Amino acid sequence: MKPSTRRRLFRGVLYAVFVIALVAVVLAADWEAIGENFFDAEVAREAFPTIITVAVKNTIIYTVIAFAGGLLLGLLLALMKLSPVAPYRWAATAYIELFRGLPALLVIFGFAFAVPIAFDWRPPGGSAGAGLLALIIVSGAYIAETIRAGIQAVPSGQAEAARSLGMGPAWTMISVTLPQAFRIITPPLTNELVILIKDTSLLFIAGMALQDRELTTFARDSVSQTANATPLVLAALMYLIITLPLTQLVAKLERHNQRGR
Amino acid sequence: MSVDKNTSGPAIEVRNLHKSFGSNEVLKGIDFHVDQGEVVCVIGPSGSGKSTLLRCVNRLEEPTSGTVLVEGVDITHPDTDLDKVRTRIGMVFQQFNLFPHLNVLRNLTLAQRRAKKRDQAEASKVALKNLAKVGLEDRATAFPAQLSGGQQQRVAIARALSMDPDMMLFDEPTSALDPELVGDVLAVMRQLAEEGMTMMVVTHEMGFAREVGDRVVFMDGGVVVEQGRPEDVLGNPQHERTRAFLSKVL
Repeated sequence: MKPSTRRRLFRGVLYAVFVIALVAVVLAADWEAIGENFFDAEVAREAFPTIITVAVKNTIIYTVIAFAGGLLLGLLLALMKLSPVAPYRWAATAYIELFRGLPALLVIFGFAFAVPIAFDWRPPGGSAGAGLLALIIVSGAYIAETIRAGIQAVPSGQAEAARSLGMGPAWTMISVTLPQAFRIITPPLTNELVILIKDTSLLFIAGMALQDRELTTFARDSVSQTANATPLVLAALMYLIITLPLTQLVAKLERHNQRGR
Repeated sequence: MSVDKNTSGPAIEVRNLHKSFGSNEVLKGIDFHVDQGEVVCVIGPSGSGKSTLLRCVNRLEEPTSGTVLVEGVDITHPDTDLDKVRTRIGMVFQQFNLFPHLNVLRNLTLAQRRAKKRDQAEASKVALKNLAKVGLEDRATAFPAQLSGGQQQRVAIARALSMDPDMMLFDEPTSALDPELVGDVLAVMRQLAEEGMTMMVVTHEMGFAREVGDRVVFMDGGVVVEQGRPEDVLGNPQHERTRAFLSKVL
């Protein structure tokens, strides 16, 4: 057999396997049950408009708060980790290792239930506030490592140039190093943001008030009320509607920033 | 400690300077000076310590021991306001080190505003004056990545000049340039020298050292081997190491 014939044959086999697998799935699926349980138009209509006015809105608000808080905390921790003062470095390292090592779900649970008992203190904003605080604390640990790597990726000649012009260490960091570091870490930060959007779904463990529910909590509640899984499919759609334009936007931003690299 | 400049003595005076990186001693007791208005070219093989010496003058490298006086101010003294002294010492790097996220104008105004506390209008005026001086006033809104290497280096020179320094340090300013771009940068440096700028130039451009330098310093192995008028050091070297070096580069 000629090599070209063999290649064609091999490719044909690959296509055949794919088609057979697809047909098998389609035939094996119980389409009537799927339509009834996952795509019930009546249940879907019931979900509106609350799924937008409460669930999507809260998911976005929680994500923005957690990301902004995580960025600030992460920046602080990254600067501590690069500090010439050893105890700051130790504290930042201990913090980052601790909260990267724990599941976010566990930390949310801790802030919602364990901290109020242990310190007789409830975070502001009720269960949602406690959960958000936990999300900030966890995402801060991840973002800190990203920012630290970004700062270290800026060539040392940049800070040297700024210092040789008489700029102090603080202005050098603010005006020269950090702007370049954030351009470098735009892709991993986008990753953090997308992960955070989905991690807001863990907030259900804190037990959310009706008006505080985000997408996943809302969908779970609807599922138990209607005994139908359509709200889950709707929630999945909503997550995609939030994340896809966002990642496109960041990709555009990144191309724009290439100019200044 | 006072940082007021002393205008009668040398611009730069280095006494018994030692610098080690770990166990590697790069500078082994350097005595060196640059008078006001003088152009001193430092030459020598790579690893001779010439760049390290230059970087010790504005303390980008921390000297291990010894004294560095800039206009009479001891910059190794812990109470010296280093940032203030540095505004009087312009520095130009081999790799230009322009700020890539800022356009040319903002590259030139940033430190004026942050370190000299000039307002934007004044800083822009100074910047445009210096851009004109290096022949790039029409590129004020360009980003560094849009410029050739030679243009970037001229912008870097204009950036240093915008701080109104009393002296300029050049760390192999043409070594990273394509050969056809070297001339423009050297022309700007030559013009600066003619205007009476105090300059310390670490370079491999023997032609520039011969024509523009008031004095040439040859370093090898962390010591100053020989120094004097360019025609003497380059034309009639007294030391075997100088001769060996020059025979390779001339």
